[in-house]
Amino acid sequence: MAASESYPDELLYHSEHDWARIDGDEATLGVTWFAQDALGELVHYEAPDIGSTVAKDASYGEVESVKAVSDLISPLSGEVLEVNQKVVDAPETVNEDPYGDGWLIRIRMSGAGERDQLLSAAEYRKVLEDA
Amino acid sequence: MKLIYEKSQSGRRGIGVPQPDGLDVPEVPAELRRKEPPRLPELAEPEVLRHFTELSTRNFGIDTGFYPLGSCTMKYNPRINERLVGLPGFAQLHPLVEDDAAQGALELEWELEQILLQVTGLDAVSLQPAAGSQGELTGLMLFHAYFADRGEDEQRTNIVIPDTAHGTNPASVTMAGYKLTPVRTDQRGNIDVADLRTKVDEHTAGLMLTNPSTLGLFDENIEEIERIFHGVGALMYYDGANLNAVCGISRPGDMGFDVVHINLHKTFSQPHGGGGPGGGPIAVREMLEPFLPVPVVARDGDTFRLDYDRPKSIGKVRAFSGPFGVFVRSYAFMRSYGPALREMSEVAVLNANYMLARLKDTYDVPYERLCMHEFVLSARTLKREHGVSALDVAKRLMDYGFHPPTIYFPLVVPEALMIEPTESEAKETLDAFCEALIAIAREAANEPDTVHSAPHSRPVKRLDEVRAAKEVVVKYRFDDHPAVEGAGDRQVEAQKGV
Repeated sequence: MAASESYPDELLYHSEHDWARIDGDEATLGVTWFAQDALGELVHYEAPDIGSTVAKDASYGEVESVKAVSDLISPLSGEVLEVNQKVVDAPETVNEDPYGDGWLIRIRMSGAGERDQLLSAAEYRKVLEDA
Repeated sequence: MKLIYEKSQSGRRGIGVPQPDGLDVPEVPAELRRKEPPRLPELAEPEVLRHFTELSTRNFGIDTGFYPLGSCTMKYNPRINERLVGLPGFAQLHPLVEDDAAQGALELEWELEQILLQVTGLDAVSLQPAAGSQGELTGLMLFHAYFADRGEDEQRTNIVIPDTAHGTNPASVTMAGYKLTPVRTDQRGNIDVADLRTKVDEHTAGLMLTNPSTLGLFDENIEEIERIFHGVGALMYYDGANLNAVCGISRPGDMGFDVVHINLHKTFSQPHGGGGPGGGPIAVREMLEPFLPVPVVARDGDTFRLDYDRPKSIGKVRAFSGPFGVFVRSYAFMRSYGPALREMSEVAVLNANYMLARLKDTYDVPYERLCMHEFVLSARTLKREHGVSALDVAKRLMDYGFHPPTIYFPLVVPEALMIEPTESEAKETLDAFCEALIAIAREAANEPDTVHSAPHSRPVKRLDEVRAAKEVVVKYRFDDHPAVEGAGDRQVEAQKGV
């Protein structure tokens, strides 16, 4: 069952349709409702290795639907602590709950000040309106 | 319609093959013999004929209707081409025959090359690559060979590709061992030159570009782009998928491209899309000629030969001299047009602009420009206002008797519908297709469920594409179909030809 459109205020956003939930020096990353809606039901999640590093604005993995394969763009730099195995096993979890059970990776952040470059929910909505 | 296995009746035969007299049947070791015969359908010959004839009527192709598949150039395949390729001198030619017994075939290849040189504005051709994708890989291997010869191969690691590119381009880059540098598209649908400048340097091996692009737009800054790449000593590769827009009008060689592949199965009427093999010759600038694959067709006075003596060649990329039947059809097509090849491209561009003008008030147009031989619409507003997606529109088009256009490509346009009418179609067909798309937009507003659940009038209804991607089934599984006739009572004698 697909989720309905939302962009929670407590998250930070990247214009490539990714979100981050920051908790101390760790962050959980995923894709936004808009991204999963544009792709359609996901059929594959190519996750990064635990322990690998991800760089802000660079690809850390891929999600695939019947329409397209899309790079996952990291909103923050850091080291991968955990990969959401539930999404690896059932990629449609992202469509059902993009901000909850459909998270993609958890990282330990390494880039000081990067969070200040991310968008608020209101700013991200503006990006969507202008797109 | 039933599967042929469901029509099978145990013991029924089409023809009886007699046991050969006086032949010693070799003793096959027991452990290598089949335990039971293969499970083949058992039918009489007329039943087989009817089955496949009925199956063929379920097909849709350019011979049965309009097929506006953007960037695929599904044009009419003139029947005279089939007559010519069937001439005994072509059809019965053995690929291993000596050159002196194949002079006509070699001359045809040489003549074909001369026309391709004129179309592309370049200096030498290899007919070997069997499709556009293989042309791309071959072209990038030439990049490597050229830079290795200059001692720059280790330094030049990157190939630049715009975000509108066909998926084969990044795949070829990766297969050829290069790294991919994506570049953005600007507000007018051209390469974003400012973004490009930050990405081209001494590590750049080259550019891969389709021009006109998959947006159906000719890049207005192509001369500037040429200066950027050649300015750092990099090369330029032209993906010829959209060559149908520019034949006799502009030449990739004049735009600065150093390697071009030509899709004979798109621009030059070789049947494709399941209808036959492709052909992806490449044309190159002079400095790349020494590296071309072997053999190369060479002319000595009035005789022709296959030249293998090319010390710097990257080697063979395909058996023999390439897909010969494709060459005959494309050569026949080119010669039947002659100088009117320009008119072919002009009409293809005119047809596309006519359709774009008819549809631009009904669908979103991402770039407000004249298009080339194809154009991209977006169903973005339909989706937002009525929940009807590009996929729904495409499926509904089948109910109107049309093959759907390319959808969800290029990726930079949301809910994309990419339409290429080609020069083959009459105005009435273009009008009927436009009216179908306009009617579907009306249905999306008034009866969206009709569009959501389409197609309604085809042999196969809406496919579950997600399930097909997740649960891949590539063969018929008898265990899933226990009701099929003939299970369990087959006899080992069947395979012995009794």
